[in-house]
Amino acid sequence: MNSELAIETAGLVKTFGKTRALDGLDLAVPRGGVYGVLGPNGAGKTTAIRILATLLRPDAGTATVLGHDVVRDASALRGRISLTGQFASVDDDLTGTENLVFLGRLLGYSTKHARERSSQLLEAFGLDEAAGRLVKTYSGGMRRRIDIAASIVVTPDLVFLDEPTSGLDPRSRNQVWDIVRALVGAGTTVLLTTQYLDEADQLADRIAVIDRGRGVAEGTPGELKASVGSGTLHVRVVDPARREEARGLLAKTLDTVVHEESDVAGLYARTTDSDRAAAALAELSGAGISLVNFAVGQPSLDEVFLALTGHSAEEADRQEDAA
Amino acid sequence: MTTIEQPLSGSVPLETDRVREALVSGFRPTRPTALSTTLTFGWRAMLKIKHVPEQLLDVTMFPVMFVLMFTYLFGGALAGSTEEYLQFLLPGILVQTVVMISMYTGHTLNREVQRGVFDRIRSLPIWQPTVLLGMLMGDAARYTMASTVIITLGVVLGYRPDGGIEGVIGGVALVLLFSFSLSWVWTSLGLVMRTPEALMSTSMMILFPLTFISNIFVDPETMPGWLQPIVEANPISHLATAVRSLMAGAPDGTEIGWVFTACAILVAVFAPVTTYLYRNKN
Repeated sequence: MNSELAIETAGLVKTFGKTRALDGLDLAVPRGGVYGVLGPNGAGKTTAIRILATLLRPDAGTATVLGHDVVRDASALRGRISLTGQFASVDDDLTGTENLVFLGRLLGYSTKHARERSSQLLEAFGLDEAAGRLVKTYSGGMRRRIDIAASIVVTPDLVFLDEPTSGLDPRSRNQVWDIVRALVGAGTTVLLTTQYLDEADQLADRIAVIDRGRGVAEGTPGELKASVGSGTLHVRVVDPARREEARGLLAKTLDTVVHEESDVAGLYARTTDSDRAAAALAELSGAGISLVNFAVGQPSLDEVFLALTGHSAEEADRQEDAA
Repeated sequence: MTTIEQPLSGSVPLETDRVREALVSGFRPTRPTALSTTLTFGWRAMLKIKHVPEQLLDVTMFPVMFVLMFTYLFGGALAGSTEEYLQFLLPGILVQTVVMISMYTGHTLNREVQRGVFDRIRSLPIWQPTVLLGMLMGDAARYTMASTVIITLGVVLGYRPDGGIEGVIGGVALVLLFSFSLSWVWTSLGLVMRTPEALMSTSMMILFPLTFISNIFVDPETMPGWLQPIVEANPISHLATAVRSLMAGAPDGTEIGWVFTACAILVAVFAPVTTYLYRNKN
C-alpha cells in the first residue's frame, strides 16, 4: 500500500444482474486536492463511489481508502469519510437544524455541542434563515448546501461528492465549487464525480475518465485536454450556400477535418492552436464569407469521449442505462 | 475571499472563509454508545410525528373506528348486549389494533431505505442495528397512544376492568412487548419487498387471518370443531387471553408464558434476519 494515496483500487468489479457496472476499475487518488471522476450516466461512477464509501461490496478486486480495506476494515473507515450522494442524503422531513443536530449526535457530539456545530455550519453555508424550515421546502441549491454541510459535521479526511452540481443553476453551481475549494483548502481530499468536463477542469487536480466500468484515461486536466485537443472552433455562416466553401478554407488553414453541424449553416473543427483558429477566421473574412457567430470552446464531454473511446457519451448512456 | 454573489431571497450568500473555519474547528468526538444512537434515532422518529401529526390518524381514528364498529355491530348478536360484549371485546380490540399498527414499521423502513439519507446513515461509524431499535422506539410511542385511545373510549362506553389500573397497564405492556417482537417480521419484509404497495398487501395477507382467526371477537367454542385447534394455536389468541386475564385482575400465568415464548421466538429469528438484510441491502 502506498501511503501517499488516499484511494487505491485494483480490478474492481461489480455486476447487477446482467449489467457489469464496474469492469476492472483501477484508481490511484493522491491525498489532498480534488480528484475528478468523469464519465457519462451509467459509466459506473456512482457504483464506484458506493463501494469506496463502504455501501456496496465489490464482486472482485480490492479497494483501499485512507489505508483501510473497504470490506474488511469498513467500520474504521466510516469514521474518516463522508458521502454526499447524487440524491439528497439528508432527511426531507426534518428541518435544516434538526438534520445537522441529528448527525452531530450520531457522530458522538453532546446535544449542546451538536447544536453549536449545527448553527455554525448553517451560518457558514448561508442557510441560517432557512434553519427552522423542513428541508423538503428548500431550493435545489440550498439542498446541495445542507447536504454538503451534513457531510462535514465532523471534518472528514475524505469527502465523496457524487455529481454535486447536477441539476443546479449556474449560481448555485458556483457556490458548490467554492465549497469544494474551501474543503480542499482545509486539507480534506475530495473525490467528485461529474458529467461535465468544464467542472472537472475547474476543480480537479487530476481526472480519471471512466466508461463502461473501466478507466479510459487519467491525468491532469491539461494532459487530458491535450490528448483530445484543447478546443473546438465553431462557426456559423450567414449564407448556407457558402458553407461548403467555408469548410474547404477552414480545412486548409487548420489542417484538420471540418465537420458539419446538424443545421444548414454550422461547421466545427477540433483545433489545438488558437493562432491557427484566428488565422482561419481571417481567411474566411478575406474570402468575403460572413459569419453569424464563431466560438472557440473547450471540447465537450462528448468530444472527449469520442476522442478517447471512439464512441459518443450518449451512446454509452443508452447502452448502460440500466446500470 | 468572502462572498462574490448577491443574496437570493431566503438564503444569504455563502461565506467560504467561514466554511473553512468550520472545517478546521470541527473536532473528532468519541464514538457514541449504542444507547445514545438508539435514543437519537428515536428522537428523529418523534420529530417526524411532530412535523406531520396527520400520521397519527392511524393510531387514533383506526382504534376508535374498530371499537365502535365491532361493539355495536356484533354486541347484540354475540353477547346479548353491547355492554356485556365490550367486557369481552375490548382487550381483544386492543390486541388487534396495536398488532395491525405494527406493520407500519416495515412500511417506514421500506420507504427509508429507498431514500438518500439511508446511504448517509449507513456510512456513519455507528452500530447499525440501532437504526432499527430507534425506529421501534418511535413506534412504541405510537402503540402507547393507540392503547390510550382504545382504553379511554372503552371506559367511556362502559368497559370496567376488574384488574384496575395495574391490570390495564400490565395488559398494555404485554401487547406492546408482543408488537415490538412482531415488528421484526415487518422490518424483514420491509427490506425484502421492493415497493411499499407490495409490502402492504403482503402484511395484510398475514395480519387479517392472524387477527380474525383468533378468539378476539368470538369464543372459539362457537366455531366448527376443525377450526378450534387452529384458533387455539394462534399466538394472537394466547395474547388476547393473557391480556384479558391481566385486565380482569386474574393473571393467567400459562397464557402469559406462551406470549413470552412467542416473543422470544419472533425476536430470535427475525431480528438477525432483519440485521442481515439491512447490512446487505444494495
